[in-house]
Amino acid sequence: MSFSLAAAAPAAPYIDWAGLSPLLALLGGAIIALIVGLAGPRAIRTQIVPLIALATFGVAIGCVISLWGQSIVLIEGALQLDPLTLILMLVICGGGVIATLLAWRDQAADDIAHGEFFALMLLGAAGMFVLVASRDLVTTFVGLELLSLPLYILCAARVREERSLESGLKYLIIGSVGSATVLYGFALLYGATGQTGYTQIAAAITSNGLATDPLFLTAVAMCTVGFAFKASLAPFHQWTPDVYEGAPTPVTAFMSVATKAAAFGAIIRLFDVALRPAVESWRPIWIALALITMVVGNVGALRQPSMKRMLAYSSIAQAGYVLVGFVLVTDLGVQAICSYLVLYSFGNLAAFTVVIARERETAEGDNISALRGLGSERPLMAVVMTISMLSLAGIPATAGFMGKLRLVEAAAGADYAWLAAVLVVLSVISMAYYLPVIATIWRGETQPGTDAATGVPVLAGGAPEADVAHGRAGWELTLAGVVLTVAVLVFGIVPQPVFNLVASAARGLGLS
Amino acid sequence: MTIHLSIILWLPAAAGLLALLLPGRLARSISLIGSLLVLAYAVALLVDYDRAASGLQYVTDVVWIRSLGIHYALGVSGLNLVLLATTAVIFTASALWTLVAEPDHGKPGIYALLMGLAQTAVIGAFLAQDLILFVVFFDLMLVPFYFLIVIWGGPERTSAVLKLFIYTLVGSLLMLVGAITTGVLAANGGEPNFLLSELAKTPLGSDAQGWIFLAFALAFLIKMPSFPFHGWMPDGYSNMPIGVLAVFTAILSKVAAYGFLQIALPLFPDAAVRYQELIMIVAVASILYGSAMAFTVDSARLVLGYSSIAQLGFIVLGIFAFDGRGADGALLQATNHAIVAGALIFVVAMLSRRAGGSEKLSEMGGIAKGAPAFAAVFLVFSFALLAMPGTANFVAEFMILLGTFETKMTFAFIAAIGVALAAFYALRFYISAMHHRVGAKVSSFELTLREGLVLVPLMLVVIALALYPQFALGPAQDGTRKALSATQQVQSSGADTSATTDGATP
Repeated sequence: MSFSLAAAAPAAPYIDWAGLSPLLALLGGAIIALIVGLAGPRAIRTQIVPLIALATFGVAIGCVISLWGQSIVLIEGALQLDPLTLILMLVICGGGVIATLLAWRDQAADDIAHGEFFALMLLGAAGMFVLVASRDLVTTFVGLELLSLPLYILCAARVREERSLESGLKYLIIGSVGSATVLYGFALLYGATGQTGYTQIAAAITSNGLATDPLFLTAVAMCTVGFAFKASLAPFHQWTPDVYEGAPTPVTAFMSVATKAAAFGAIIRLFDVALRPAVESWRPIWIALALITMVVGNVGALRQPSMKRMLAYSSIAQAGYVLVGFVLVTDLGVQAICSYLVLYSFGNLAAFTVVIARERETAEGDNISALRGLGSERPLMAVVMTISMLSLAGIPATAGFMGKLRLVEAAAGADYAWLAAVLVVLSVISMAYYLPVIATIWRGETQPGTDAATGVPVLAGGAPEADVAHGRAGWELTLAGVVLTVAVLVFGIVPQPVFNLVASAARGLGLS
Repeated sequence: MTIHLSIILWLPAAAGLLALLLPGRLARSISLIGSLLVLAYAVALLVDYDRAASGLQYVTDVVWIRSLGIHYALGVSGLNLVLLATTAVIFTASALWTLVAEPDHGKPGIYALLMGLAQTAVIGAFLAQDLILFVVFFDLMLVPFYFLIVIWGGPERTSAVLKLFIYTLVGSLLMLVGAITTGVLAANGGEPNFLLSELAKTPLGSDAQGWIFLAFALAFLIKMPSFPFHGWMPDGYSNMPIGVLAVFTAILSKVAAYGFLQIALPLFPDAAVRYQELIMIVAVASILYGSAMAFTVDSARLVLGYSSIAQLGFIVLGIFAFDGRGADGALLQATNHAIVAGALIFVVAMLSRRAGGSEKLSEMGGIAKGAPAFAAVFLVFSFALLAMPGTANFVAEFMILLGTFETKMTFAFIAAIGVALAAFYALRFYISAMHHRVGAKVSSFELTLREGLVLVPLMLVVIALALYPQFALGPAQDGTRKALSATQQVQSSGADTSATTDGATP
């Protein structure tokens, strides 16, 4: 191997720039945002920079669409552009658009300067692209770090708030432990197989009969633990509620959708491609992880007064559901994961939208009491929150139901109906924390001090100077909330477009 | 391919939406007009339905989710024809009650929308001819009731509704897994198809049928509720607003009973036969437990709640006798009980108005004095509840017991005790509310015009059914024979050697 490399002419690898265009767009946008963020007038910094971020995510989505249907290997096998990459990039960039809207007037963006804030967000998204497209251990690790480092900073973006700093620090420490574990696992994997490319690793496992080799199994175990940290799977989830609660809420929203999509993309590629020959060695561990994650997430979310902590545990539970699709290692399973990630993101982001609106409108922060009386005070936001909770709970006629339906169908088709049964029974627990939120919205009386009769048009508060602390949340939140809610209902009733979108998700993986 | 069923399905939801959008003072009237239109449509279907023909009529079948093979398929058969009309009657009564007899509770537009959605979901569950569509509507039924109870319910609504939701969802989500597994296994690696008619052609293996049948049975038994799955019932019933409770107790439990005939027996015949005695034990236990509790509780609502458990026990018993007459009786009893129980819920509200706002039997008494017409109407419903000979309830219970007697004599004997117990609790209910010593806070008055407007039409339905039960039984026979044919096949192939007279039913 090393011989042939030395003998070959040191030609630069062929690079398909068109294939890399989403990545280039995100990186370019990050640099532009950083530069514009240095501009003098505050209006440019606070208004133009988010617009640039929005435009960048838009361009990246455009690039993804223009590449739709392609299956190509980029940069000599470092990255793979296939339907899985493109679908997950759509989720990530879509999450980015919403997160940008949510962060538009957020205190966090003000605290560390708008240029830095949005540039970091775009860099994080670029890291997610590398991560989901990677088909090589080294690239995977680069992507993992490119994704993690900006998020550590973003979590601590509210520099004057202890909670946020604590969140960033905690994420940094735990994230580094996770990264180190992954790196250790990769090193051992390389030691066991002598390869870094995913397909070559798979070939080496088969030809050398490594599936039960102790060194190899140690490597698999390290990778599993490392990725479990990153994807916040129980019992490696303890950081998640603290980080979610402390981080600025738009960042939390971004993490809960985009980071999750990216982490699962990486997990699917590493385990379904590179480690597939040893599937029987790692499947039981992942089934156990799925069960523990579903239990811990659903039980942990009970009786949480903080909405962000509740949504953190709910996102752990959702990760557990996704794992049910993952352990099947089938084409349908990957399709189900992708449709779940798409369908679940609408309701999840809508919930965060309302939480942010209430953080800005009341002094209660993300406490559930901030939602009391929402039904009479802000009917539109109350409907958004209600539908998003129903979707997260997986009630029929919402997108969340269709996502679960697909997972259950994939599990039943792969003879894992028992796992699907466990999934639905545990998801019943989730009613006990989603439904009280709805009850609070519609039952609770308006708090004293706030004006119950605000019959103001929903688009009020568009001017930035009107956006004082505990004023009215901006129109962009209403817009985001309504669009997401409509998506929840439309895809809850007509899910076929999403199913068409993900139909080829597993094409690049060679699964049955 | 007709559009009629889609219209009747979505009409209530559309009316609810209209009520929400128009000024609040019109909401209740629009809700009533919507449910009257549905009733008119249902009656038209009842008249137009070809009783001589067999099988589904007015079929609508469009592919809904192509990649999962799920159809938007609706159809009317002998099984759901009368239940559809019953649904329309009860929802109309509830809308009428809300319009004429309920004080303003606020947010009438939202109330109208939720009731409309509830009716759409119930009708959808009755009409669905696709397994997943049925499950979706079955689960969806619950959602409007969550809001109806949370916003307008009694003092312990939040915990009551959570209990209700969790109980019923455990059942119905397991049912969802079972339904999907059914389709996937029946497809045998090919494209799944969830049409009931297709699924019935390829029965599953006996092992898979076992747990899937139990999942469906659990969902249905919780929804009814049956003993011992009734844990949500006391709190749930106590905290529902009257108009909502009438619909809930009258109709939702019948969807579950209908589910056994429409889904569980035709699709999982092996398992149904295997677990026949288990389900019959549950049914008989429900009859005895429900009757005993109805005889002892003090709350008038819970008397009806527990009597529902007993009555639904009879219905399940009739279905699981796997005898045509038993199933016909069960279907007739489903309609009877819906009308009678719904009406008696309104009677409870009227009693409570005459007893100083209390719904406790111990604080009522002597209400008949000064309200003879009310007493007469109440007595008609009480006689129907206890299945007095002459009422359709008597016909239905007689057929259920006859069917059970033919196949499982022991169960019939025990269940017959329940008939006697029904007389005990129904008469105790009537006597302790209407006669006895006058309660401390009781100030009785005659049936008002508004109350009469709700009760008298329901009473006329009861009387009409009593005079001509064949009206409901006629179309039912074709439906029940089809529903039972698969299980009877399994039974006869299993009992070939025992040379019994199994062929008593066609």
